[in-house]
Amino acid sequence: MSVNKKLTVSASPHVRSPHTVTGIMLDVIIALIPSLIAAVVIFGYRVLMVTLVCVGSAVLSEYLSRKVMKRHQTISDLSAVVTGLLLAFNLPVSVPLWIAALGSIIAIVVVKQMFGGIGQNFVNPALASRIILLMSFPSAMANWAVQSRFVTTTATPLATLTTMFNGGEVTEELPSLLDMFLGFHGGSFGEVCSLALIIGGIYLVVRKVISPAIPLSYIGTVAVFMLIAGKGDFEFVAYQILGGGLLLGAIFMATDYTTCPVSFKGKIIFGIGCGIVTTVIRLFGSLPEGVSFSIILMNLLVPHIEKLTTAKPFGTPKKEKAAKKAEKEAAKA
Amino acid sequence: MAEKKSLGKEFTKGLIAENPVLRLVLGTCPTLAVSTSVTGALGMGLAASIVLICSNIVISALRKIIPGKVRIPAYIVIIASFVTIVQMIVKAYAPAIDESLGVYLPLIVVNCIILGRAEAFAGKNGVLASAVDGMGMGVGFTGALLAMAIVRELIGTGAISGLQIFPAEFAMIIFILPPGGFFVFGMLMALANKIAESKGKPKAELHGCESCPMAANCSLISKGGCDDNVKEATVG
Repeated sequence: MSVNKKLTVSASPHVRSPHTVTGIMLDVIIALIPSLIAAVVIFGYRVLMVTLVCVGSAVLSEYLSRKVMKRHQTISDLSAVVTGLLLAFNLPVSVPLWIAALGSIIAIVVVKQMFGGIGQNFVNPALASRIILLMSFPSAMANWAVQSRFVTTTATPLATLTTMFNGGEVTEELPSLLDMFLGFHGGSFGEVCSLALIIGGIYLVVRKVISPAIPLSYIGTVAVFMLIAGKGDFEFVAYQILGGGLLLGAIFMATDYTTCPVSFKGKIIFGIGCGIVTTVIRLFGSLPEGVSFSIILMNLLVPHIEKLTTAKPFGTPKKEKAAKKAEKEAAKA
Repeated sequence: MAEKKSLGKEFTKGLIAENPVLRLVLGTCPTLAVSTSVTGALGMGLAASIVLICSNIVISALRKIIPGKVRIPAYIVIIASFVTIVQMIVKAYAPAIDESLGVYLPLIVVNCIILGRAEAFAGKNGVLASAVDGMGMGVGFTGALLAMAIVRELIGTGAISGLQIFPAEFAMIIFILPPGGFFVFGMLMALANKIAESKGKPKAELHGCESCPMAANCSLISKGGCDDNVKEATVG
């Protein structure tokens, strides 16, 4: 490395990370584009309309809420665009547009801005809003009946899988594994195309926007538990991983900086926790899908995980610390 | 009674400034549980208010007889007898409300507001003041319940006590579920804090005409100032 020609005197920090909030958000948007294209191809142009409504109302509500609260504008950091996109990806194609817009408003105003804006929200805004919508409008939010050029469905593969697991009668045949991988099956429109989601995930990992620790530990945990539950049936495991929002959730939602642990150890704990909750809800819960609930639940546990996994300052001798503790306790007694 | 307060003040403090639910955060369990419908909220509010006023009066009348060490059990016995009376009346004349309130009607016995007022006010003050205090707190409790129930029932089902305001398909069911209850509760608490704060502000900042920048040119100085703040500041 060459030494700088001029000697500059400046205050610390001297080494800055090239990552900026806007840059990271832009990377996430780029990573989501393959899934958007896949969804448009699979489900038709209504996908674009829902996405536009979500993104538009998210940005608008961010602008207005910042204005009302008399805080500086943050729409240029693109985080509202990402929230809008992620929320849209969690909706069925047939969702009424006003529900989509309402979802964006809830995500931005209630979940994000009321807690202080970017970096202050305690759960993922898009997921929390999706859950609120799901509990508020159960029929509109679970209307998977789709008729497009490529797919005609009435139920998601996950619902079928749950019925099969519980020994019920199956009304709809499962799509082939290749169709599951390419996205030709029912579901929220951002979650169906596993191929596009994996491409986006790899892009984010290569750009070092996300660490692969959470997605891998999350999906790995689900795989292990599903393998046990399915008594060694690998096909069952594959369906469980490709179906539902697992990939979307693991790659894009669970890795949200604000609501996931900082340390590597913490990330692994977070991922495993998400995996366990998802498996339990999918197999034993009353809803066929548990990804959003599991991520929200683990979001709430993040402060505790952080406390457990705080790194010890470099060079702290272990024995001395223990001795000090004993001393303190002795003094107290 | 160290300082004498007007009876009007004993009444109005329960409305916003010391609203039992929104400012003192007492009795939140029945508040969240029965505020899913306006009729339920009204029934609960009235029943609790009647018990509150009656128990306040009796406890205040007996405050010199009840020994300090056993005052809580004594209060509970008094409250429980009024709750039993109210419950029997409701069962006889409004069985529908009794059914919708369910276990929360007998649970008024352990409602923090009633025991709290007994301990904090009726046990130390005269009968009339205690009755007025009970009325104010009762109105405050009923008002908070009604406000919550109106918001929750309207957004959650699109109707107010059965009268459809907008089609039910636009209603957000989550508002009549517990999460919606907590959300509305938080919003109303924020609102009550805001109102109480804005009412308290002039008292805290303005101290009569000395601190007023317009005092030199003010024609109202001889009349004792431009508004009631001055009087309140000297009285309170």
